Amino acid sequence: MKIAVCVKHVPEGSARLDAGSKRLDRSGEGALNRFDANAVEEALRLKGESDTEVVVVSMGPEKAADSLRKALAMGADRAVLVSDDAAAGADLVATSRVLAAALEREGADLVLFGQQASDGDGAVLWAAVAERLRRPVVSQAAALSLEGAGVHVKRQTEFGYDVIEAPLPAVVAVSDAINEPRYPSLKGIMGAKKKPQEVLTLAELGVDAAQAGEAGSQTTVLALAAPPARGGAQKIEDDGNAAQAIVDFLAEKRLL
Amino acid sequence: MKTLVFVEHHGSELQKGSLGVLAKAASLGGDVAAVLAGGGVTALAAEAGSFGAATVHVADDASLEPPLPQPRVDVLAKVVRDGGYDTVLFANSVLAADVASGLAARLDAGINWDLADVVVQDGALVGKRPALGDSVYVDVGWKSEPRIALFRAGSFDATPTGGGAPQVETVAVGLEPHSTAAKVVGRELEESTGPSIEDADVIVAGGRGLGAPEGFTLAEELARALGGAVGATRAVVDAGWYPYAAQIGQTGKTVSPKLYVALGISGAIQHKVGMQSSSVIVAINKDPNAPIFEFSDLGVVGDLHEIVPKLTELVKQQRGS
Repeated sequence: MKIAVCVKHVPEGSARLDAGSKRLDRSGEGALNRFDANAVEEALRLKGESDTEVVVVSMGPEKAADSLRKALAMGADRAVLVSDDAAAGADLVATSRVLAAALEREGADLVLFGQQASDGDGAVLWAAVAERLRRPVVSQAAALSLEGAGVHVKRQTEFGYDVIEAPLPAVVAVSDAINEPRYPSLKGIMGAKKKPQEVLTLAELGVDAAQAGEAGSQTTVLALAAPPARGGAQKIEDDGNAAQAIVDFLAEKRLL
Repeated sequence: MKTLVFVEHHGSELQKGSLGVLAKAASLGGDVAAVLAGGGVTALAAEAGSFGAATVHVADDASLEPPLPQPRVDVLAKVVRDGGYDTVLFANSVLAADVASGLAARLDAGINWDLADVVVQDGALVGKRPALGDSVYVDVGWKSEPRIALFRAGSFDATPTGGGAPQVETVAVGLEPHSTAAKVVGRELEESTGPSIEDADVIVAGGRGLGAPEGFTLAEELARALGGAVGATRAVVDAGWYPYAAQIGQTGKTVSPKLYVALGISGAIQHKVGMQSSSVIVAINKDPNAPIFEFSDLGVVGDLHEIVPKLTELVKQQRGS
């Protein structure tokens, strides 16, 4: 069996937007998106002592190889990075197209995603990738197991839990409540360097550059602005009358 | 503009978030329609009319009863194509996010998500997206049609628009093989005693400062008095003081109620991201340097164990409950 885990290399610390390109500034240090560590951990847990292969897949700048190496150090077997200048500035439609092509090439039985990217991007990519692969998708997995030729997932929703079963091949996005990711051991870190790490261009993947990156995107960033200010804030110290002061404040705001 | 709004339902209740998006769509003008997909949902169509839908496309089929996204992608793709809709709007939820994303891939359409607002500027649709912990607002656009947008929970008030009975159009449901592969084999619904936190106008949230799991009684009593729901920080959920369903923040729900009362919450960025778009924020914390005071409308430095019981009593008196 083969499990592919999609991971993202995200800027470390507080991310910022580049005023010129209006893209996320990716020039600084980066790290494995911490939500993706849950997906890597889950793949390793499912693998256990079996001969299942865990391959980590990413699209990003060359530096994203660092994040893939971290996943290898955790215990993944192989890494595939799609890195191409023409892939930069991609929106969801373009990103899902490239990732789907990379996953198609792998032909994994199970594709895992983390629940969101910590660099401000949304939490919606897996459904687009699953649609392109024409596979069933289950998101917000709080528990995941392999049963027969399928997955058994406990999905967390606003209303409680749904228990969902889907046949393999399938796509599952795990929540960060599913596990506690392991730290790479020293042995793992040393061993990671020797594991197969492949870097692919769009051409090698058979994706037309016009369909990827900014060119293949259907959304655009128009402008950056400061957030609306929160005016007129008050701060008081409780002198025994704070409860009354709060009630007066709420009454004035017509919130009672 | 020809706009389609995905109206989500839970049981026989239309979700307030999606009705808010519908009302917003109506305020932008043009033709506005809603789409309802589920089992036995035809009866809910009329309500969508009063929130601004002139037409409601109803896909009523037992195969759509389970809350799964992929069959809904099939329904929406058909409605968008047949109806020639240029704009498709969603209120964020676990289900809606997956439907919107799947639809974007199916139609190769641009999707902007996590939007707090949308405006028409020089004839073009512009989305407002708070980013990077809401430290910056990004104006986003679409290069092609249909344009897909996913809005943050609670971005718009669900105010009836006074629209009349909508025209109901039945959608013939045809599902793709990969859309029907996943099956719901069980559901564990949590009993809620008040409004769900994403739909609540008032949220009373508790953090470490409540001192112990029992401290949540204070939050619950105040929430009850205010007619609101109870939220929690990641720290107390991780510590097992309160269920994950109530978690607000980067790894929980994003909420924007009319009133957010933060009890013993320091206001770490991971929490701030989930609640800072609340209309009014009141914080009680004994640490005068707590970051929460930087984005509160009323900050109270003091012992919440002293203040909250008094506050609950005063609110009850004021509201006559």
